[in-house]
Amino acid sequence: MSGTLADLKVGEQAEIIGFTDELLSLKLLEMGCLPGTVIELTHQAPFGDPIAIKVSGYTLSMRKEEAATIQVKTK
Amino acid sequence: MSKLPKIALIGNPNAGKSSLFNSLTGLNQKTGNFPGVTMDKHTGIWELEPNRKAEVLDLPGIYSIYPKSIDEELVINILGNPAHPDYPDMAIVVADASNLKRNLLLFSQVRDLGIPTVLALNMVDVAENQGYVINSIKLARELNIEVAEINAKKGIGINGLRLAVEKTLKNRYASNDALPLPVGDDLLADITAQYGEADPYRSLLWLMEHDRMKMFSEAQRIGFDRLQDKHHFNSKSYKTSETVKRYEALSEIVERCVINLNRQWDAPPVKTMTDRLDKFFLHPVGGYLIFLGILFLMFQAVFTWAAYPMDAIDGGVAQLNDYLKEILPASALTGLLTDGLIAGIGGVLIFVPQIAFLFFFISMLEETGYMSRVMFIMDKLMRRFGLNGKSVVPLMSGVACAVPAIMSTRSIGSWKDRLITIMVTPLMSCSARLPIYTVLIALVVPEKSTLFGMFNLQGLALFGLYLLGFFMAILSAWVMKQLLQVKEKSYFIMELPTYKGPRFKHMALSIYNSVKAFVFEAGKIIVAISIVLWVLASYGPGDSLSTVEQSVRQANPTLSAPELANKVAAEKLEQSYAGHFGHFIEPVIKPLGYDWKIGIALITSFAAREVFVGTMSTIYSLGGEVDDENATIKNRMRAEINPETGKPLYDAALGFSLLIFYAFAMQCMSTLATTYRETKSWKYPAIQFLYMTTLAYLSAFIVYQLLA
Ligand SMILES: Nc1nc2c(ncn2[C@@H]2O[C@H](COP(=O)(O)OP(=O)(O)O)[C@@H](O)[C@H]2O)c(=O)[nH]1
Ligand SMILES: [Mg+2]
Repeated sequence: MSGTLADLKVGEQAEIIGFTDELLSLKLLEMGCLPGTVIELTHQAPFGDPIAIKVSGYTLSMRKEEAATIQVKTK
Repeated sequence: MSKLPKIALIGNPNAGKSSLFNSLTGLNQKTGNFPGVTMDKHTGIWELEPNRKAEVLDLPGIYSIYPKSIDEELVINILGNPAHPDYPDMAIVVADASNLKRNLLLFSQVRDLGIPTVLALNMVDVAENQGYVINSIKLARELNIEVAEINAKKGIGINGLRLAVEKTLKNRYASNDALPLPVGDDLLADITAQYGEADPYRSLLWLMEHDRMKMFSEAQRIGFDRLQDKHHFNSKSYKTSETVKRYEALSEIVERCVINLNRQWDAPPVKTMTDRLDKFFLHPVGGYLIFLGILFLMFQAVFTWAAYPMDAIDGGVAQLNDYLKEILPASALTGLLTDGLIAGIGGVLIFVPQIAFLFFFISMLEETGYMSRVMFIMDKLMRRFGLNGKSVVPLMSGVACAVPAIMSTRSIGSWKDRLITIMVTPLMSCSARLPIYTVLIALVVPEKSTLFGMFNLQGLALFGLYLLGFFMAILSAWVMKQLLQVKEKSYFIMELPTYKGPRFKHMALSIYNSVKAFVFEAGKIIVAISIVLWVLASYGPGDSLSTVEQSVRQANPTLSAPELANKVAAEKLEQSYAGHFGHFIEPVIKPLGYDWKIGIALITSFAAREVFVGTMSTIYSLGGEVDDENATIKNRMRAEINPETGKPLYDAALGFSLLIFYAFAMQCMSTLATTYRETKSWKYPAIQFLYMTTLAYLSAFIVYQLLA
């Protein structure tokens, strides 16, 4: 199943398959969010935004609208 | 002295650059476990060997050489410009071993710029705890550079690093590869023709980041834009593909050099301490409660625990003054020494315990990594008000002092968010307001009373004032957001670092430094203003002061000698220059409940609010019914009588009106200067001064009229 990172629930894992925002994608890539990487949604702040994910061994936070630019595939 | 070799410390935020800088130079650069602690470059001297020194440069953290905020821009302006005075002879890239791949991305870019580079593998202890073992010898071979394993926090491995640095300085070997992604030779030739010979990767950096590089003129920037068009060069897609390509190569290297113990034993992924702690600190509801609880504890501590050493200092200063007055001849000079200088300095010293507590708590939050969590849980809320989760750091450190707080806004990527944060940060109650709050609260809030028998009411009042400052800050931010109406994209892609135990020795040092800075900075101003004020309060225009005594005696023939002396002193103050100034502004401040004496204090604290308490003690010692057994400033103010009502002057209405005024007013030249420096325009400090002072005046007016 594919969707965006913003659709995941806490504890769910998914694989990054691409980005929809060119500007953000550079920052995300630099932070280690590469296509093919498996990530896990670990926390949601109050009101569900921002979120925190586990990616290549560390925790990265981002806003929901930013997460929506990351396309992911769940198993 | 011959020119020392220059070594730049480069690395991701939180990799441990500042810790390493401190280990190498013996200096005490501020470190902290959240992105954006180091905002400016700092230099220190590293003694490689006796008589062989190098200059070390600590820089803000970056994730890549493509900057996204002002602090990152600074690093690129140095690394991309060999003509820059700080351009290093070599770089030490400090890498967080627990996050190797991402840290190596930056390393590979720096190396490709043609700068001789050594890799310092830091946080090896953290990596090992997570089950990663790094073969650094193999890594050195694969990357073709010197690698040294260090622990920057404990200062371990410095000798190995030194050897690697010496070697690199000697052979000046820059192991840069060809361009990560090829571009047309004619593009590079064009850049060289127009901008001079450079390393190819550096030429490309110029081409892509020319707008952020200060070395280029407007015409040169336009030239770069033309070249991009001519060669159909798309910076964004180049950077994106470059990053992916670099990661591909680095993944293979990391695969070969790092052993993942978890995978080998087929163990389930370890739940680290950070994961467990985040369950609480990032909890949707509990997270907020914990944060509020921490803040609350902080203010209770500042008020109640610090009271004991404060009383001791207060009493000590008063005793010293009494003693001096006894042994010294009663002269004008003795008055200046005791009532002017010592009282003024005492007014600063007394707040050392509170400020130490405040800095203790703040550095605790910073060192442990909790600050990033606060940014995380506050982002949504702050965004509503035109701020940003990252604004939390300036706002929280604004509780200590607005000057470093405003500087720390540099890590905020969006200009609009950053500007608003700068504008409202001075509304947070800084440590210079603490003395004023403390004295005034003690006058208007009963000391012994508690709420539900557990919360000290004075502590609660203090907490309330800090909250008030915070709410006014976010409210003003909201108004500015409405006025600015800029649609600028800001983002919040940010690392949440692992929790780390605080280093108490380091904290003690940083508290000591902050307190020292406060005492000396504030002390200087207070001493200077005390002297000026004392002169202004002791002399008057013409011979008005010399006739005072006579006229008072004639007007009050029945008074006893000490009463008469008091009356004369009071009258003298009123006739002095300072008294004239006070009377001059009295009509403006009368609606707020202030008399001309408070007017004098308002004038003197115009440039720096910390002189308020000193001014008050000077004024009341010169012109009041001083009873020497209880000559602390609090008691003197308490004894002050309102001549119109015959009741104590400092009643609730006046006290709260003054508290509110000082909470909101912009009375700090250093802050205005910092705002100017950070916004590069006089417009913003001017607006800041006007809006805050207006806000202070109106709020104090309302409070006084309601309570009076
Ligand atoms: N466990 C561990 N912590 C470290 C090490 N080096 C630095 N730290 C901590 O990491 C945090 C970030 O350090 P800092 O020097 O401010 O990083 P900078 O942002 O690169 O300047 C601080 O809390 C340090 O105490 C290390 O080798 N091991
Ligand atoms: Mg630093």
